Amino acid sequence: MRSEENLYSIRKLTVDYYTRSGKLEAVGQVSLDIKRGEILGLVGESGCGKSTLGKAAMRMIQKPGKIAGGELWFDGVDLMTLPEDEMRQLRGDKISMIFQDPMTSLNPVQRISEHLVETIKTHEKKTKTKSALQRARKLIERLGIQSRRLQDYPHQLSGGMRQRVMIGLGLVLNSNLIIADEATTSLDVIVEAKLVDQLKAIRDEFGLSILMITHNIALVAEIADRVAVMYAGRIVEVGTVYDIFDDPKHPYTQGLLNSVPTIQLDERQELYKMPGEPPDLTNPPSGCRFHPRCPQAMAVCSQWQPALEEVSAGRLVHCWLYQDQAVVSGEVAA
Amino acid sequence: MSDRTQQVEAKSGEDYLVEVRDLKKWFPLQGGFIDTLLGKNQTFVRAVEGVSFNIHRGEVFGLAGESGSGKTTIGRLVVGLETPTEGSVLLDGVDLAALSKEQVRKLRKRMQVMFQDPTASLNPRMTVGEAVGHGLKIHFPEKAAAHRDMVAEMLERVGLTPAGLYMDKYPHQISGGQRQRVVIARALVTMPALILADEPIAMADVSVRSLLLDLMLRLKQELNLTYLFITHDLATAKYICDRIGILYLGRMVEMGDLREVYANPLHPYTQALLAAVPVPDPHKRRTEQMPKGEIPNPINPPSGCRFHPRCPIAEARCSEEQPELRQLRPGHQVACHLAEQFLD
Repeated sequence: MRSEENLYSIRKLTVDYYTRSGKLEAVGQVSLDIKRGEILGLVGESGCGKSTLGKAAMRMIQKPGKIAGGELWFDGVDLMTLPEDEMRQLRGDKISMIFQDPMTSLNPVQRISEHLVETIKTHEKKTKTKSALQRARKLIERLGIQSRRLQDYPHQLSGGMRQRVMIGLGLVLNSNLIIADEATTSLDVIVEAKLVDQLKAIRDEFGLSILMITHNIALVAEIADRVAVMYAGRIVEVGTVYDIFDDPKHPYTQGLLNSVPTIQLDERQELYKMPGEPPDLTNPPSGCRFHPRCPQAMAVCSQWQPALEEVSAGRLVHCWLYQDQAVVSGEVAA
Repeated sequence: MSDRTQQVEAKSGEDYLVEVRDLKKWFPLQGGFIDTLLGKNQTFVRAVEGVSFNIHRGEVFGLAGESGSGKTTIGRLVVGLETPTEGSVLLDGVDLAALSKEQVRKLRKRMQVMFQDPTASLNPRMTVGEAVGHGLKIHFPEKAAAHRDMVAEMLERVGLTPAGLYMDKYPHQISGGQRQRVVIARALVTMPALILADEPIAMADVSVRSLLLDLMLRLKQELNLTYLFITHDLATAKYICDRIGILYLGRMVEMGDLREVYANPLHPYTQALLAAVPVPDPHKRRTEQMPKGEIPNPINPPSGCRFHPRCPIAEARCSEEQPELRQLRPGHQVACHLAEQFLD
């Protein structure tokens, strides 16, 4: 199932966590495509399952969690059936991940050069240290860090530099997909803005795809080509960045966009105040998980879960307001 | 209002709840044993380097800046959680440094704090009722009989209704948003005049933030509060603050009415900071270049204007002379030698 357009296809993915208070479905029946060369923004609040989805995409879910079902297709390869050693090779080689906190992801007693060289040599057994170092030097300069800093330890670098080293670790093997999980969240706005510029430039230069996982919806508007919105373990809306921000369809997306303060002075002062809080996933609401907070909830919403319906080309909405009636009966029956 | 405050008003002509004058805070850096033997000079982290501002009664004054700008330290100095190295903080015209420890303790009920992380700032072994009532126990022991009613009233005010439902619950039994409200109730129960809110909603879920901000604004009106609101988020500041001060490396670089500062930022740093904030509109993506480098180390800050090594318009003078805050527009001060070029 190799597709020209899609680099990664997630189909009906479900991830469960087994907790003391019972099974928790962190990601439920999620389908999502990551196109070649795009920056896809995955946005949602804490606990919505966005990080779990990112980890599941690398098959890195650990106990007490488990991928309970679904398919993962990366560039025509069925990751769900891939043996663990091949999967390990693929992580880093083809897909790499940038985490939120570079301080805990970098080894404090290893120099920056060792991080990079070790990554290269682990994945490319034949590469000599000298040429690995050469590559590390080139890459780090490309990211705007002087190559003499390769001799430094992580604590000697600033937060922004450390984050760029993390990106470097993702790029050094020429990955096709970078999963950035809240990669800019701990950074100050100016440093964050520079990192955003850098990620865009890297995408343009290397033509790779980036899955940008964040809670910051404004950041998504700044960087993403397409956006997927997640709520309580479900993808509730997918569309181009212009679709989502110009014409949000799902009441959650609408509420979120209207409740976020902006620095623009011309905008109305009043913010939308969304009632309630995100649900506890050990005991999620019935039907559509957003219905208790939804201003447009109907009787059906608390009864049955809607499908993630394609309302127009490439535009998906998980909401009863947009369900085709013919499909509705079919889904309910199923 | 006491005679004392009226006196101060008469003097300054303005009704200030808080006056901060030339505040400095240096934290000594722990040197190694060898350094001590060699008699090396003590080094300091210069967290706050001569900051002055006033907070009007009933306003929300924001302090914004990146990490390391000194905003949290200033907040802690204002409510007396730290002692200044130099300079003074006046509450209602009274210098905190001139008071005895006992008097400062008494003043505490007039200054309360809301911290960032509600889970960390609530004792897991105290029920909601105990946590909120704790301040009453300390500051109003004589009213012990009324404490439970006072706590209940405050819980209802912050939207935890009916209060009886929450009173005997422990922090882990309520949701994150509710914990946030408990922190607000706890700060308000002693009927303070000044609230230090240090990133109070940064940990809250995005979809509940606007509700909390709104609650804070409503309570301000109902209880005649004054807020010192500390944040790194300029968008949140826009929603809640009346005036704002922008900090860079322990210095105030710009200060004024919020709308005025946002509409006409006069300091190159403020301009960069405002430009860096992402806007939730893909049609308005940022095109501005960001300043080079990162915020320098406060142990050895740059000479002159602290922003000069990163500033796009810096001249020779900027590395020599430290600019002071000066008023360039009504209600708008800036500390930049070259800010005139941004006036028009």
